Amino acid sequence: MLTAFSLVLALLLLLAVAAVPLAQRPAGARLVHGGCVAACLALALLGLVVLLAGGAGPPLVLPFGPPWGHALLALDGLSAWFLMLIGITGASASFYAMAHPPVRPAALPPFPLFLAGMALTLAAADAFTLLFGFELMSLASWALVASDHAQLENRRAARLYLMMAALSAACLVPAFGLLAGHAGGFSFAALRAAPPSGWLAGGVLLLGLLGAGSKAGLAPLHVWLPLAYPAAPAHVSALMSGAMAKVAIYVLARLLLDLCGPAQPLWWGAPLLVVGACSAVLGALRSNLEADVKVVLACSSIENIGFIVVGLGLALAFRGADLGPLAALAAGAALLHALNHGVFKTLLFLVAGSVQRSAGSRRIDRLGGLIHAMPLTATCALVGMAAAAALPPLSGFASEWLLLQALLAGWRTGDVAFQVLAAAGTALAAMAAALAAAAMLRLFGLVFLGRPRSPRGAGAHEVGRLERWALVVPAVLTVLLGLLPGPLLALAQPALASLLGAGASAPARGFALLGGTGDAAAWYLPLTLAVVLALAGLVLVLLVRARSPLETQRGPVWNGGFINPPEHLPFGDPLSQPSAAGMAQPLRRMLGTSLFAATEEVRLPPPGDTRVATYQAGFTDPAQGWVVAPAAWLRDAVAARTERMRDFTIRRCLSLGFATLLALLALLAWLEAH
Amino acid sequence: MTYGQLPYDIAHLLGGAMLLLSFVLLYQRRVQAVINAFAMQGAVLAMAAAWQGAMQSAPELYLTALVAFTAKAVLIPLALRAIVRRLNLHRAVETALGIGASMMAGVAVVALAILVALPITTGARAIAREDLALALSVVLLGMLMMITRRNAISQVVGLMSLENGLVLAAVGVAGMPLVVELSTAALVLVVFVVAGVFVFQIRERFDSVDTGAFAANHGEDAFEPEPEEASTAPPGAPPAAQRGDAG
Repeated sequence: MLTAFSLVLALLLLLAVAAVPLAQRPAGARLVHGGCVAACLALALLGLVVLLAGGAGPPLVLPFGPPWGHALLALDGLSAWFLMLIGITGASASFYAMAHPPVRPAALPPFPLFLAGMALTLAAADAFTLLFGFELMSLASWALVASDHAQLENRRAARLYLMMAALSAACLVPAFGLLAGHAGGFSFAALRAAPPSGWLAGGVLLLGLLGAGSKAGLAPLHVWLPLAYPAAPAHVSALMSGAMAKVAIYVLARLLLDLCGPAQPLWWGAPLLVVGACSAVLGALRSNLEADVKVVLACSSIENIGFIVVGLGLALAFRGADLGPLAALAAGAALLHALNHGVFKTLLFLVAGSVQRSAGSRRIDRLGGLIHAMPLTATCALVGMAAAAALPPLSGFASEWLLLQALLAGWRTGDVAFQVLAAAGTALAAMAAALAAAAMLRLFGLVFLGRPRSPRGAGAHEVGRLERWALVVPAVLTVLLGLLPGPLLALAQPALASLLGAGASAPARGFALLGGTGDAAAWYLPLTLAVVLALAGLVLVLLVRARSPLETQRGPVWNGGFINPPEHLPFGDPLSQPSAAGMAQPLRRMLGTSLFAATEEVRLPPPGDTRVATYQAGFTDPAQGWVVAPAAWLRDAVAARTERMRDFTIRRCLSLGFATLLALLALLAWLEAH
Repeated sequence: MTYGQLPYDIAHLLGGAMLLLSFVLLYQRRVQAVINAFAMQGAVLAMAAAWQGAMQSAPELYLTALVAFTAKAVLIPLALRAIVRRLNLHRAVETALGIGASMMAGVAVVALAILVALPITTGARAIAREDLALALSVVLLGMLMMITRRNAISQVVGLMSLENGLVLAAVGVAGMPLVVELSTAALVLVVFVVAGVFVFQIRERFDSVDTGAFAANHGEDAFEPEPEEASTAPPGAPPAAQRGDAG
C-alpha cells in the first residue's frame, strides 16, 4: 500500500516536471490536470482502503532522506482520513481546472507539487519528512498565489502569505526540534516513546499552535487568508481552503494529540478552545461584512477552522480529564467537520470561480439574479451554502451538532475554570454558527437572487459541460456526507484510535450520530430527519397547490418604493437593490463596532452648500493593528539596520564572517567542555 | 605512533613550522617580506605533504607536494613580486589592527582552535588530532590576516595562507583522495588569477590598492540620480558621482 502511495507521489512529481513544457498549450494543461485527477482519486482510494483495513503496516523506509538517516513513510488511521479528504478535494479541484485550465502557464507546474507536498506531509512517519512536505506545500502554494503577479494586490497577498509561511516554519521546526532533541530521534515512534513534560511540553504546545495555526488561519494569524485565497485561481483557492488548511490541522492533531503522548494535562485543551472559538466568531462576523465573494468564503474558512480546533481542544481536555468517550466525541466532531468543510468549501470556491468567469466579477455589488442565468450553479451553490450554514440534513449540520454536543458536555471535566471556558466556548460557537448562517444567506441572496446589478452580470450564462460535473460531484458528495455521517464516523474509527488510543470508539451507531454518553445521550438521525423534512416540504407544496390552483404568473418586479427605472436600465436601477454593505449594516453596527472598530461617517453639507452628501462605512480587522502593524515595524527596523551594513568595507564584511565563525567555534568548544 | 617517535615528531615539527610562519605573516610590515614568508609557508607545506606521503606510503601525496611547491613556493610568489614591481606599490603594509594586537588575537585564535579540535577528535590517532588543530589554527590565522590588513596583496596572501591550512588538514588525513587536493590547488591558481585581475582593476580605477579606497563608491546611490536632478540635468550629462563597479 505504501508502495502504491510512493508511486502516486512519483506520478505527481513527474507531472510537475512535465508541466513545464506542457504549460504552453491548453491541451497540455488539460493533460496535467487530468493526471492530477487520477492521482487524487488514487490517494482517496488509498485512504479509504487504509481506513477499512485499520492501518498500513510498518513504516516504509525510503532509500534516501536527510543526511543522518532515511525518510520514513507510514499511513495510519489519521493520515488515511486526511488523505481521503485531500484526495476528494484535490480531484474536484483538478477536474474543475481540467475544464478551465488557468490562464497563466506559471500556475501549472506548482499545482502537482502542491498536491505532492500535502500527500507527503500526511504520510510522513518522521519529523523531517513531515516538515519537508509541509514546506513543499507552502512554497508550491505560494507560487500558485503569486502566479498572477501582474496585479499589485496579488503581489502583496503573495508576499504576506510567504511571510506567514516562513513564520509557520519558524515555529514548527523548533517545535519538532524540541521533541526530537528530547527523544533523541526523528521518527514518530521515537517521539511517541518520549513524551515531553513541563516547560518543554508547554513550548511544544505554543510553537505548534503558532506554526500550524498560522497555516490553517487561526486568529490572530489569519490576516493572510482573506488576501491570499482571492488572489489564487479558483481551483487553487478551493484546494488551499479545502485541503491545505486541513493539512495544517492534521499537523496540529498529530503533534499535540499523538506525538506528545496521552498523559498531557487538562489545561492543554484550553488554548485551543479559546483560539478556536475566537477564530470562529471573528471569521463568521467578518464574512458578514465583506463584499467580495471569495473573501466571504475565505472568512467562512476561518470560522470553520476555528470549529475544528475547538473540537481538538475539547478532545485534549477530555482526554486529560480521563473522559474517553467524550474525547472520542469531540475528536470525531473535529474529524468529521474537517472532511465536511473540505468538501463543501471546495464546492463553494469552485462556484465562485464559475460565477467570476461567467458574470465577470467577484464583487457582490456587481452580481445578482444569477439563479436565472445559471440555474445549475445556483443549485450547487445552494447545497454548499446550506451546508456551510449548518442546515439539516446537510453535512455541516451533522458535524456542528456533534461539536456542540461535545461543548455542552464540557462541564463534566470537573475543573471549574475549564467549565466556565467551555460554557463561554459554547456560547461563542453557537453565535458563530448563527453568524455563518446569516453570512451564507446574505451571500446567496445577493449573488443569486434579485436582479442583475451590472450589464456584465446580466449577460451571465450557465457553465460548460465538464465544469458542470465538477460542481455537481462535490454537491452530491455534500448531500451524501450529510446523510451518512454515522457510517463515516465508523470509518474514522482508526483515525480516532491513532489520536486517542486504541480504546476510543466513534460516537456513532449505524446511521445515527450519538452525542454524549449514557442513557441521556442525544441522537441525531439524519436519514429520518431528511425523510421528515421531505415529507413536510411535500405537504407544504401540495397545500399551496390546493389553496391556489391557478397557474403561476410572473408580474413586474416591485421596485422597492423607488421611482421606475429609466429606459436604459432594463433590469431596473441597481441602486434600488440592497447592496453588500447595506445588508451588512445591522451586524456591523451591532457587533462590528466593538470587534472590528467599524466606523460610519455621514457628511452633510450645510444648507445652501451644493456639495454632495457622503456616507462612508468601514472596518479594520483587529489583527491588522495587533499583529501586522508591529510585524511591519519590526521588518522596517531590521531592514534599516541591515541596510547600514551595506556600507561596510570589504574588511569589515570579512570581519563579520570571521566573528561569526569564531563565535560558533567558541560555542562548540563550550558545548564540548560540558 | 605517538610522541617521541621520529615520524610523528617530524610531522609535528612541519605543522608547527607552518603555524609559526602564519604568525610571521601576521607581523610583517613590508609587502616583500609578506611574500617571502608566504613562499616559505608553501615550501613547508610541500615538505609536510611529502612527509605524510612517506609516512602513509601514499605516493599520490608526493604529487600534491610537487603541486604545492611549484604553485605556492615558486610561481605565486614570483608573480606577486612581479605585480609589486610592475605596479610600484608602496613597500609598507598598512595594518588595520596594530601588530601587537594582531599577535594577541592570533594567540587567542590558536587557543580556540585547539580547544575545539582536540576534544572532537578523541579516539583518533594522535597525529591526526594534532594535525587538525594545527591546520585549523592556520586557517583561522589566514582569515585574521585578511581582516587585519588594508593592503589588497596582503589580503590575497591571507586567503592563500588560509588555503594552505586546508591542504595541511587534507594531507594529514589518511585515505583522502587525490582529486580533492588537485582541485584545491587548481582553485588557488584560479583565486590567484582573479585576485590579480582584481588588483589591476583597483589600481586602474583608484590609483591605490588600499581596499578602503573604494568603500565610498559602492552601493546603489550613485546609480539613481534624485528625481529633481534627473529632470533638470541635460540628457547625456555624466552623473555627478562616478560610479565604481570594480567588485
